[in-house]
Amino acid sequence: MTLFSFSGGVHPNDNKQITKDKIIEDLKLYRDDIVSIPFSQHLGAPSSAIVKKKDKVQTGQLIGSAEGMISANVHSSVTGVVEGITYAPNPILGRILSVNIKITDEDTDCIKINSSDSFIDMVKNAGIVGLGGATFPSHVKLSPPKKIDTFIVNGVECEPYLTCDYRLMVEKTEDILKGMDLIRKELKINNVIVAIEKNKPEAINIFKKYEKEYAFKVVPLKVVYPQGGEKQLIKSAIKKIVPEGKLPLEIGVIVHNVGTVLSIYDAFYNQKPLIERVVTVTGSVKEPKNLNVKIGTPVFKLIEACGGFVGKPRKIIMGGPMMGLTITSTNTPVTKSTSGILVFREENLPNMTSLNCIRCGKCVRTCPMGLVPPIMEQFSINEMYEKLTDWHVLNCIECGCCSYVCPSRRPLVAYFKTAKREVLTIVKQRAKNV
Amino acid sequence: MFEDKRLLVTYSPHIRENRLTSKIMLSVVYALIPAIAVSIYYFGLHALRIYFLTIIFTLLFEALFLKIRSKSVSLNDNSALVTSLLLAMNLPPTSPWWLIMIGSFVAIIIGKQLFGGLGQNPFNPALVARVLLLIAWPARMNEWIMPQPIISGSFFDAVSTSTPLGEAKTEIITHGHIITNNLVDLTGSFLGDIGGSLGEVSALALILGGLFLLYRGIISWHIPATYIISFLSIIIPYWFFFPEKTIDPTSHLFAGGLMLGVFFMATDMVTTPITRIGQIIFGIGCGLITAVIRLFGGYPEGVSFAILIMNAFVPLIDYYIRPKSFGESR
Repeated sequence: MTLFSFSGGVHPNDNKQITKDKIIEDLKLYRDDIVSIPFSQHLGAPSSAIVKKKDKVQTGQLIGSAEGMISANVHSSVTGVVEGITYAPNPILGRILSVNIKITDEDTDCIKINSSDSFIDMVKNAGIVGLGGATFPSHVKLSPPKKIDTFIVNGVECEPYLTCDYRLMVEKTEDILKGMDLIRKELKINNVIVAIEKNKPEAINIFKKYEKEYAFKVVPLKVVYPQGGEKQLIKSAIKKIVPEGKLPLEIGVIVHNVGTVLSIYDAFYNQKPLIERVVTVTGSVKEPKNLNVKIGTPVFKLIEACGGFVGKPRKIIMGGPMMGLTITSTNTPVTKSTSGILVFREENLPNMTSLNCIRCGKCVRTCPMGLVPPIMEQFSINEMYEKLTDWHVLNCIECGCCSYVCPSRRPLVAYFKTAKREVLTIVKQRAKNV
Repeated sequence: MFEDKRLLVTYSPHIRENRLTSKIMLSVVYALIPAIAVSIYYFGLHALRIYFLTIIFTLLFEALFLKIRSKSVSLNDNSALVTSLLLAMNLPPTSPWWLIMIGSFVAIIIGKQLFGGLGQNPFNPALVARVLLLIAWPARMNEWIMPQPIISGSFFDAVSTSTPLGEAKTEIITHGHIITNNLVDLTGSFLGDIGGSLGEVSALALILGGLFLLYRGIISWHIPATYIISFLSIIIPYWFFFPEKTIDPTSHLFAGGLMLGVFFMATDMVTTPITRIGQIIFGIGCGLITAVIRLFGGYPEGVSFAILIMNAFVPLIDYYIRPKSFGESR
């Protein structure tokens, strides 16, 4: 039992009890239902359309092909007819080019991906991306230029309310372990760790049973948000620090979320592309659930499957309450990154009356990246992006701890998100000038 | 499908810790209650009059200024209340109403609002006011009366006295050394039965308040501890070698405004460093300056000056004491 942890972090009420014992249910779609599958559900270049209007597509058929190295394939999650390629609402980009497919056949079969390929090609063909939230294309992570000696399976799920990873760990333990073994063998990794927060004792116990058989170690971690953040997790689990601005592979570590590992298992053993994922639907819905949802399903279908709203929804969040993004319409389709749908009513929302900073310093002590939010906020407001670089704004992981603890309710992390974008633009311009 | 224009779009995070600025300020008010109670016990109507007037004046000035700046007049962040109580505690029990009014004006308008209001002031507003009054009306600000417990029934008689530190300073200046034995009544300065400003008379009550703030996590040990340690690290050797030139260290600790300064003024979040290391530097600086002023300066007290001087260093400290960013190599 190690309780070594990173410094900082917060302890929000996790509210996982609402859905933690709800067995994953398939969300069934019927004839004439429409899904909208975005071309860009991953970090990197959007995939390019390879279907057109009125095309017939089958479940598992490739509809968007990866463009370049950092990109990912997109497959149809249903069998039907392409109604058109239009824009669908999206919480990050506002609207996003998507394929609308009207279901014509409620089949359960799926076109298989080519099994003769190498492991990396299979992962790439299956369109697998990091399902923890960052949606980084997995094949890139799995072809490291350096020797990897530690592989950490991230089963932390530190976001409050979300239980999708937890349910997978409890229900699909062996599949996850097989996927894990696959990656270990492929990359010839000695040291494999499954990291789980201590508030999930059932998951810890189940994994412990397989420790000998699959030769890995379960590392229970202290319950603190953002324990599941990649760099925090590495520090807590193996006491190593990833240098600033570097990827974990620099120190010979890769981290994959349990959901990602499971999709890799599915791609390799069942030749199944990534066309569905588990989504925790919780908050003000009649019956909160963990649903296995086809990518592209509009959010209202998920709400319907949970018996509808309780009261009047005021805020609908895609993801968890700490890092999730708000959506404007329940027509927004579920993407590969959607880990949860959280519905808040007016009365669930905190009082957001903002006051001046009183310099209490709570954000400084809470920041898991050792940053100084109040000073960075001043530089952000004054658009002093050069100074912000000196104050390491690019090291901000946007976890939201600073905003969460601020007694004056200042939108700290919001400033830094904007600032990071600006700073990155400057960095890119510089690179071009050289 | 549910599409409502009233679906709220905001940045994450969507939940917040239940800890508000107004509540933090209110905790400071609660922490001051023991000291306020002691001052009312010993100075009776004098104390009540001062608290009443400072609260009225400060809130009035705050509201007036916000009105002039066309900001929403909200006194509910409770910060003006904290300033008013701290100012009142820094005044002698016999302060006339105009002195209180000027003090409130200086604290709220010059000390705080001219800099931009809540959180923007570089100096502790109550201390700015106290020091201005001390320099402008030294006689008025050094008019002390004997504490008279409410239960003694004499509400209006006021017997003049001096503060222990003031007396010691006078003796050293006029005679070159201390002539009165046991100048400081230690039990008195611990419980509050000595002459002094409203809030500084009882060290015990102030320590209780300070412990409450520590317990509630409103302040941390860094500033109080380093303040006291660095203060004593000058006072103790000096007293050891020149015992006739100063009162003993225990008296230094409990007589005068040190405890009020240590727990309530030097820990004011707005005017102190944000990092723990910065706070330690701040505390050490306050302790050293206080000791130097008390030992070698013309004023018997050095707490206010020390804290104000260190307040001026805060932006510099915050700028140069940047914590190590995660994974940073330096």
